[in-house]
Order: sequence, then C-alpha cells, then structure tokens
Amino acid sequence: MMGGKTAVDTIVSSSPHLQSKETISGIMYTVLIALIPAVLVSIYLFGMKSLYLMLACSIFAVATEGAVQKLRQKEVTINDGSALITGLLLALTLPPDFPMILAILGSVIAIAIGKQAYGGLGHNPFNPALVGRAFLVISFPVEMTTWTKWVGPVGAAIDTQTGATPLNWMKTEGIMTDYSALFWGNISGSLGEVSAFAILLGGLYLLYKGYIDWRIPLSVLGSVALLAFLVGEDPLFHLLAGGLMLGAFFMATDMVTSPITKLGRWIFGLTIGFLVWLFRIYGGYPEGVMFAILLVNMAVPLIDRYTAPRILGEVKARG
Amino acid sequence: MKAKVKTFPQGAHIYELKGDTAAKNIVDTSPPEEVVIPLQQHIGAPCKPLIEKGDHVKIGQKIGASDSFVSAPVHASISGQVTAIEPRKTSLGRKVLSVVIKANGQQEFAGELRGFRDELPDGEQIISLIREAGIVGMGGAAFPTHVKLSPPEGKEIDRVIVNGCECEPYLTGDHRLMLENSEDIIFGLIAIMKALGVKKGFIGIEENKMDAIISMKDASSPNQNIEVIPLKTKYPQGAEKMLIKAIVNREVPSGGLPLDVGVVVINTGTAKAVTDAISNGIPLVERIVTVTGSNIKNPGNLRVRIGTSFRHLIAECGGLNEESGKIIMGGPMMGKTQHTLDIPVMKGTSGIVLLTGDEAAAAEPGPCIRCARCVDVCPVNLVPIGLANCSEHEKFGDLESLHVLDCIECGSCSYICPAKRPLLHWIRLGKAKIAAMRAAARNSTSSK
Repeated sequence: MMGGKTAVDTIVSSSPHLQSKETISGIMYTVLIALIPAVLVSIYLFGMKSLYLMLACSIFAVATEGAVQKLRQKEVTINDGSALITGLLLALTLPPDFPMILAILGSVIAIAIGKQAYGGLGHNPFNPALVGRAFLVISFPVEMTTWTKWVGPVGAAIDTQTGATPLNWMKTEGIMTDYSALFWGNISGSLGEVSAFAILLGGLYLLYKGYIDWRIPLSVLGSVALLAFLVGEDPLFHLLAGGLMLGAFFMATDMVTSPITKLGRWIFGLTIGFLVWLFRIYGGYPEGVMFAILLVNMAVPLIDRYTAPRILGEVKARG
Repeated sequence: MKAKVKTFPQGAHIYELKGDTAAKNIVDTSPPEEVVIPLQQHIGAPCKPLIEKGDHVKIGQKIGASDSFVSAPVHASISGQVTAIEPRKTSLGRKVLSVVIKANGQQEFAGELRGFRDELPDGEQIISLIREAGIVGMGGAAFPTHVKLSPPEGKEIDRVIVNGCECEPYLTGDHRLMLENSEDIIFGLIAIMKALGVKKGFIGIEENKMDAIISMKDASSPNQNIEVIPLKTKYPQGAEKMLIKAIVNREVPSGGLPLDVGVVVINTGTAKAVTDAISNGIPLVERIVTVTGSNIKNPGNLRVRIGTSFRHLIAECGGLNEESGKIIMGGPMMGKTQHTLDIPVMKGTSGIVLLTGDEAAAAEPGPCIRCARCVDVCPVNLVPIGLANCSEHEKFGDLESLHVLDCIECGSCSYICPAKRPLLHWIRLGKAKIAAMRAAARNSTSSK
C-alpha cells in the first residue's frame, strides 16, 4: 500500500496524464525510410560516387549540427534524425559528379546557416537543405549544372559524359524526353530527382503514415500541371521533369517550414506551383523548384496568421 | 444504405485502455467504517450543515443545504454518528467543510423523499425532487441538475441528450451502467424530458460500446421519442459541445451554454440518480466509480457510497502494485492528480486511475517542429501551439484575441504532441492570468 500521508511518493501534474507514443525522432526516421527508394535508384543509376556524396553530406550535416550545438552550449540532439534528413536531401539535389568538397561545404552551410543560426530544429524559416543548395547554386553555378549523361547502369559505359537535363533540353533545344525515362529515372539530373517512381513510392509511404499533408503535394503538382496545360505545354512532362516531384513530396512538405493550417497549406502549395511554372516557362533558369519553395517558406508566418480556422461557435452568445 | 456514423469535426483517436474493467460487473463496495462528506461537491454555493457533532444520522438524511438556487444539498450516505464537522482535504485541491460520519453498522434509511413508483409526477415536482435529492452532473463537472432544468425566460429547450460516450480512456462506469441499468437510464431521461416539456430525447454512445448501444436500444424501443445514436469513437466525443454538434448539428456559441441552442445534456449516471430519486425516493448517496490503471491489483467498477475514502477503494481492489505513481481523480485526459489517498469520493468522482511511476513519468519536452498535430485535433479549432507560445511569452492580449477562453481543456493537443510539449499546461496558465487580470480590472474600476 502507498504510504499516502505525504506527497513524497506521488507524482502531481496537470492533465492530460496520457500521451501518444509518436516522437519527433520517430517522424524523422520515417522520412528517412521514405527516402530509401530514391537513394537506391541513385546508386543504381550513378554508381558508388552517388553513395559517397550522400554519405559525405549526411555525415557533415550531423557533425555540423553537433558542433554548433556544442558551441551554442545547447543539448546535442544529433540522434533525432533531423540533420541526417537535411544532409541526405541536399545530396539528392546535387549532380552526380559534383565535387565532394563542395558538397560538404553545402551541407555545413545548410545546417549552420540554414538551421542552427535561427535556433535549431523548429525555428528555421527556410528548408535547410534548400538553403544549402541555394548557396551552392549561387556560388558554384558551373559545377551545379554539369550533368552526367545517363548511359546505362553503372559500369556499362563511360559515365563521365556530360548531358543536359530534360528541362534544359526542352528549354534550349525544344526536345522532349519520353515519359518512361522520366518516370523510371534514366535521364540526366540530380541524384534523387531523376526517378519520379522512387519519389512517389516514398511520398505515398509518408502520406500513408500521415507525416505529410496531401494538400501540399497535390496543390504544388496540380497547379504546375494545370498552368502548363493552359499555356499549351505538356503537363505530364512538367510533373515528371526536374526537381518538382522531390520538392513537392519532400521539400515543400517539411513540417517546420510549411503552414500549420489546412487552408494555409493550399495557399502555400498553389503559390509554389505558380512560381515553379513562372520560372520554368518565363524564367531564364528552368530548375526553379528550389527558389519557389524558399520564397514561399518566407511567407509562411503570414499565411498562418491569415488562415487561422474559424473556431467552433464563433458567434457571440447573446448579451 | 448504411447511415454514416455521426461525430464532430477534428478530434483525436487516443488509447482506449478500457479492457481491464469493461467486462466487469458493477460490484457493491463493502460498507466503509467512516465517510467524509464535503458540504460542497458541486459548482455553486456551498451548503451549511444541518446537523451537529454527535447527531445520529440515517442514510439519505439531508445533512447540508443552501438557500442559494445554484447549489445542491448533500445527504448522509451511511447511518451512524456525526463525529466531526471540519474542513477536510478533497480531490478539488482545497479543503472543504465536511461532515464526518462514523458507521453504526446498520442500514437505517431516512426516507425523507417521497417516491413515485407508478406514475411520473408533474414537471415542477420532478425538478423539485431532483433538487431535494441533491443531484448534480455526475460526469465530473457536478453542476446542479435542477438548474439545468430551469432555463431562463426566453430559452426554449427542445432536445435532451444523455451522454453515454465515456470518451475518457480507462473509465467504464457509464458503460456498465448502460448495460446493467438501461431501463433506469431511460426512465430518468423520460422524467427529464417531461420536466422540460421536451418531445425528443437522444442517447449518444461511442461505437466501441456496441453492447451498450444494443442494450439501450432495447430499453428505449417502446418509446418512439427516444433515439439511440451510435457515435464514432473519437476523443473528446463526450464533451458537451462536441456531443451536441454530432447529434443535433448545432454549435454552442462561443462563451455560451448548451441551453443557448435549446439542448440539455445529462450524464448516464445522472439519469440513473434521477430515477432513484423519483421512483424510490433515494437521494444521491452513491455512485459508480471505476478503480483502474496499471498500478492497481484488481481493477473494477464499484458502487460506492459518497464520502468513502480513496484508500478504502484501493484496499477493496487488492491494493497497489508499487508504492509510487500517479493518483488521478477522473480519467487520464482531464482528471486531476491527487497527492494523497485520504480524500473522499464525491458526486463527481467518475473514476480513480492509478498509474505506475513509469507510466506516469512526463516525457522531456522537445522543440516544436510545427507538425500541426495540435491544430488538427483541437475540437474547438484553436491553434494550441500558438496559444501555448503566447502564454509562455506572456502575450496575454494576443491570447484573448486568439480565443484562448474557448479552450475546453480536453487535453488532445498535449496528448498528440510528438515533441511532448505541455501545451494545455501553458494554455491553462494563460487562461488563469487573463481571469486574474479581468478581476483586477473590475476591482480597480469599482473602487474609483
């Protein structure tokens, strides 16, 4: 029997006294699992160099996170999986032959500037992986747009040829790549962006787990397809090409940097889709998913503020 | 065509944890040697004692009453001698003037109330009987029932809903009552409908209690005006505003009451107590308490005399598994933790949940990752993380404009948060601050 006379052996706290078993690291590791198809496809298509790039980015992202947390005298939380996601996502947006030292630099910037400078997990306004990528695109434009031409599975042929991405082909030469190549991934492009199939597989898994809101990928992809169709472009091509799929399922859906209201998520996704379309059709830089997401990330606090849901019974009770 | 199961928007699917007691019959607790009966067990004015130390009292004898309308009298729950009238600890977190009665081992009934076995009395008589019997909302809030049944001028009530949701995890008292006393609940509902002149009554039951749905349907079948409504098992389905939204699709206005939309909601236990008072003349002297949780040896549903100590019930259920842990009065979502077992069961004590230290330990909160789980579950459509942040940073003006006072404190946000942030804790703090600021503002204007 409990001693009972004093408060010594009882725990007193305010309700609720029950919590779900879901944790932040649980969510993060599920996202990592969802990235496995894209990782495997990139290794299959581009070989071990792709694996090395992903490893380098991931390791340095985690190391940077730990180092900055030490410097800030904060609890080191590198096991929560969030830095790992940033590193891996950044790697997946890089060209296969991207110099490893620059990739590492991008990864360090992504975590140090994109995330920790704002206060760490949950406080960053921009998707950190995209901050890293934006840094690399601006600082090393040549390296970031030198694409390995896909010539067959690893080792089948010379793999140092350079080629253009399908969006570049379309933009500069008016050449369209066929859907099947775009879907499975045997095209030139970034590590994790080439195979729509692999991204969809992971994206559907996250939808099933409830870790991303369907409104965001649907509104991003839907608005790009619709707008492309309206100006006489091939909507399916636009959906499958470039970084759109990866962006729609894994970047725009980042919980920290997307709105928390349902209406807000529609507005967020539609705006991203609109900007992607604008950049692709009228811009000088066809691979515009990254800038589209970063720009709308910036508007998230505003979107949240103006889309707060109507509360139950929001009509004043009489007198 | 199968009709869609009714429910309210949003809400959370939470652990139910009712398996230990759902199939266990309600059993009578052995008579306690002593009861402590607080003179205020309800929302409203406290009662004044009607007896003195040393008096002999019988079961059902009125021992405390108030002239105030919003109040409910209290009655002796055992026969014996009054040994003290003094402030005692209660589960409300403060001491309340209480009557201590030592049992004499007899079952002497006072028989002060007249029962109507055959025919229902008229509405006014029903309401006065309910008042005299000391009946309050037995789901936990303990609001005097006769006040609910006396709507102010101009408020037309046209629906009565019996709340059989029991959406709190662990608790099964209402469930058992609906199985074992279904006809009494229907009788109580009919009496309340008559008192209010209402033609339509509903009984809302969550789908995880199919047997109760069937049993209540059987019991209500002779009466065309009563409908049993199966509801989706979702928390907080049993919250008044959610229940009303689900069953009659009306929204209780912000800051308003169910009567603002013509509805009165009563708990199953309350309906049963109304029946006991009207047909047998027995005031509210006992209730069903689910004693359960990971830290109790033999969990069960007990019929308990008001005033019985928690300690007595724990012993009755075989004692605790380990000596530390959490004692919760009520369910784990909205119940209040206690620091002692030496407190009495009151009219609103629906359960005692005992958790082991491991289960009760609060997880260390992490940073918010803006997953919006709290936004998705809030049944009032608030943005809990926004409210919690404002409260944490003492932006109380913003808090008010974000409707913090509409929070029903169901706890869904804190439950669902993957970062384990104590969202409701902050929100409560904010609400308390606003209440204090309003009171201070009132005082300063009135002193001018």
